[in-house]
Amino acid sequence: MAASSELNIDHVARLARLALSPQEKAEYSRQLGDVLHHIGQLGKVDVNGVEPTAHAYPVVNVWDEDVPRAGLPVDVALQNAPRQRQHMIAVPKVVE
Amino acid sequence: MNYEAVIGLEVHVQVKTRSKMFTRVAAGYGHEPNTLTDPVVLALPGVLPVMNKAALDAVIKAGLMLGCDIAPVCKWDRKQYFYPDSPKNYQISQYDQPICLGGGVEIELPGPARNVMGEHKRIPLTRIHLEEDVGKLNHFATDSLVDYNRAGTPLMEIVSEPAMHSAEEAYAYLTSLRATMVYGGISDCDMEKGQLRCDANISVRPVGETRLGTKVELKNLNSISFVRDGIAHEIKRQLAVIERGGTIVQETRDYDGQTGVSQSLRSKEMAHDYRYFPDPDLMPVRVDEAWKSRLRSECPELPFDRQRRFMSQYQVPYTITSVLILDRALGDYFEEAARLAGPGRAQAVGNWLVNDLLREIGVAKTDLASAKVRPAQLAELVNLIESGTLLANTARTVFAKMFATGDSPAAIIEREGLTAAPTDAGELEQWCRDAIAGNPKALAEFKAGKESAINAFKGPVMKAAKGRADPKQVDATLRRLLA
Amino acid sequence: MASALHYQTIAGLSAQLAAGRLSSVELTRAVLARTEAVEGRIRAFNSRDEADALKQAADSDARRAAGRSRGPLEGIPVGLKDVIAVTDQPLTASSKMLANFISPYDATVTAKLKQAGAVLWGRLNLDEFAMGSSTENSAFGPTRNPWDLTRVPGGSSGGSAAALAAGTALATLGSDTGGSIRQPAALCGVVGLKPSYGLVSRYGLIAFASSLDQIGPFTRTVEDAAIMLGAIAGHDPLDSTSYRTDVPDYRTALAGKRGPWRIGIPKEYFGEGLDPEVGAAVEKAIAFYRSQNCEIKEVSLPHTQYCLDTYYIIATAEASSNLARFDGIRYGHRAADVTDVEDLYSRSRAEGFGAEVKRRIILGTYVLSSGYYDAYYLRAQKVRTLIRQDFLNAYQEVDALLTPTSPVPAFKLGEKSDPLAMYLCDIYTIGVNLAGLPAVSVPCGFTTGGLPIGLQLIGQPFRETELLAIARDYEQGHDWHTRVPSL
Repeated sequence: MAASSELNIDHVARLARLALSPQEKAEYSRQLGDVLHHIGQLGKVDVNGVEPTAHAYPVVNVWDEDVPRAGLPVDVALQNAPRQRQHMIAVPKVVE
Repeated sequence: MNYEAVIGLEVHVQVKTRSKMFTRVAAGYGHEPNTLTDPVVLALPGVLPVMNKAALDAVIKAGLMLGCDIAPVCKWDRKQYFYPDSPKNYQISQYDQPICLGGGVEIELPGPARNVMGEHKRIPLTRIHLEEDVGKLNHFATDSLVDYNRAGTPLMEIVSEPAMHSAEEAYAYLTSLRATMVYGGISDCDMEKGQLRCDANISVRPVGETRLGTKVELKNLNSISFVRDGIAHEIKRQLAVIERGGTIVQETRDYDGQTGVSQSLRSKEMAHDYRYFPDPDLMPVRVDEAWKSRLRSECPELPFDRQRRFMSQYQVPYTITSVLILDRALGDYFEEAARLAGPGRAQAVGNWLVNDLLREIGVAKTDLASAKVRPAQLAELVNLIESGTLLANTARTVFAKMFATGDSPAAIIEREGLTAAPTDAGELEQWCRDAIAGNPKALAEFKAGKESAINAFKGPVMKAAKGRADPKQVDATLRRLLA
Repeated sequence: MASALHYQTIAGLSAQLAAGRLSSVELTRAVLARTEAVEGRIRAFNSRDEADALKQAADSDARRAAGRSRGPLEGIPVGLKDVIAVTDQPLTASSKMLANFISPYDATVTAKLKQAGAVLWGRLNLDEFAMGSSTENSAFGPTRNPWDLTRVPGGSSGGSAAALAAGTALATLGSDTGGSIRQPAALCGVVGLKPSYGLVSRYGLIAFASSLDQIGPFTRTVEDAAIMLGAIAGHDPLDSTSYRTDVPDYRTALAGKRGPWRIGIPKEYFGEGLDPEVGAAVEKAIAFYRSQNCEIKEVSLPHTQYCLDTYYIIATAEASSNLARFDGIRYGHRAADVTDVEDLYSRSRAEGFGAEVKRRIILGTYVLSSGYYDAYYLRAQKVRTLIRQDFLNAYQEVDALLTPTSPVPAFKLGEKSDPLAMYLCDIYTIGVNLAGLPAVSVPCGFTTGGLPIGLQLIGQPFRETELLAIARDYEQGHDWHTRVPSL
């Protein structure tokens, strides 16, 4: 299993979209290093032939019929928006 | 050295359902911004997804039509990336257990002439999976505005093997795939509405090489002809790079169909790490034989199968059948009219349908479903002509009135007094005699053995009959008098 | 003080309301007055809407007067952990990220409580996004333990436990991902029930770890827990993981269930790190059951040592994904003066989330990142299978398992600064979440310093009635649950 040194905090923070300060990076690296070291003991468990558990009580084919229901009025849909205009959410210009 | 192109297409098709993939707010196009949302679409805190059964039915049906293996069990995974059009910042998709595997799309390449069927090939598919669409970004001078109406619409991703070698093949593939999806009622595939979207992976390699060259992904091919043009352009670009001694860089390029120019999109995107993992909010899908066989019974005949059948069963020529299969309803219309017209008359039905009805529909800017001429009336028209009751050029007049009014041809003939043959055979004989007498030169030529000279008499006869004489009867009368 | 309205049981109050000796408005006023008196010291509430509560109470009284009472919760003020959506009310998850968020929709449990006639009262504090075991990780400040204001109430549902212990609500809802109901219930001396995974809808519960989260009640008695569970349990078409199972009238069913029981004692739960006073109290509880002719049997859950690691991989991985939606775009905190969308994401999230949330997002992002999925998440899911199998094996021989709820009683604020030390608070509770089992914490004594101690009973899947009956038998032989803190 991975050792703590493998946690590339810059890469992971970028994936997670978290702008961390240098202090936070140092602190998290150290703390998560300890946690990862602890987690490393899972490598000792023999899991050969063991099926993964995604749900405690797995069932299949949980669905709805295709019958539309009312949605949110646009003003309610946008009531928590930090910025909006023309009934749309405004964000800094995205260059595609 | 000779090079060949290798092309694989990733086609996204919106599934035509009433509600969205994982919530029951209505799906739709062309609505006011953010009026098709609910807490799930907006990914508000605490919401959960619930599958849409109809979307599953549709993708399984698509898979069956394309000869895919339907996975007995498949699951949902989260594809994680941040983008403002993606409300959860992950897309629910299928990573390593897609619902359909394998299969293929039959295509037809251009033939040696317009009226000759081209070569048919089968382009193998890798997989089809189901996922959810994202919202739409509208770009302005200083900001972008997000509309989530489209977000959560069921979306199929159909991935072909890298098995096409020309822009024409890619064009044929997309045309055939679109026809199949429309036949199956799975999607309307309107590219202008974004219901069908296509990305192409293109590489070139020396002929005989089995490994793939470095691929370039071409995006934003938003019409079928842009797909063809964009791919052709990209193949040319890659060959030119190689000719100059350069190497192809793996990248994503954006093709502008208006200007015919592509440009690299590589710069700003960081390397993707989608961190796929099974979505813990959804349960797997299990597809049993009963479900599959129910859907199989709903699958229509595929367009090329139908074309082959029309050609053999009805003796309709290739060019006509090529048109008849463009639209499932048109083919249905044809079969209905052909059945009503009876044996041996399908070809005439096909001709009238393709040459006349479709032209009128085009002129009137309407569609087949709202055309007033129904299959029974078209069959009746053909039967009146074939029995000699109605003459070909009179028939056009009748047809125009049928198209305008929706009345039956018999009613129109009755009302307008358009019955075919002249009532008086003696009158016809007199017109024939006059015509022969009026053209001694043609008479001499005919007597000298020039068979076609007889036609010179027919014009004056028809003119005298005001076009209402039966050509067969005119021909027979002239021959009797000339004998 | 135990006779004060705000310390009575739902069962008792419901009878008084039904008999017309009490109105919901009177009861609600009593709870508001109590809150006014003690909340300044406890800080259990993130927000509360007195006028709205009184209006609901008046509506309830009107229904009752019209003969349309909706059952035992009619007119009873119930508090909700601030991760459960209520239409037009704040929903913050105790995070700066959602400090100004107003929910436009109801969680399923909210709708069910409304249908049951309850008076929804207040949004209760928690560790931000339910990540923690002390309620110190709240962006709005910590909640205090009513038994000792220098100590934590446990967490993450600390506000829900503390409000009940302080008499500022008559029942509350919490959520439990790794012990977040049971541990604070133990530390605050109340009953806390985590139902089987899938019994209570998660729709409208802000997700921490989707495959582990479950909503459950805090109550003064086991019977009250049965009443609350009856109101909130049941299949929900809006939650695909909701289980189709019969939901009995737990309160009636409970009355019909009697021991003796076969009770298993998992030896792995009594090892190193267990506070001696907690251990002694739990031993006394075991002795009690033995005295009631129950069969006490030592059992083994051999994969217990792997629970913590398995839990932290699965929970953080799921959390890193569930919390991606908090991006400052459609709602929530948006950083000022951003240069572009990437800057907006990274800074809004860095500013909006607290330290523990960021720590867990980082860990979860890492274990799912390219190349590590098999080694961490997939492997953890396989070990999860073994952990679950341990429990199911044990149930071949016993009806329920008995353990301490928390290895230690309430600790001092600021005492556990190391994340790993805090994570160890959950060692007896997380196995239950990994296995999807029902479990309840009931008060089982006090330390010499006067701090409550909790006993955990772990039941079989969807056999809540039996689990509650076993807990009820203990409760009826003791009076711990009648004690209240002096505030």
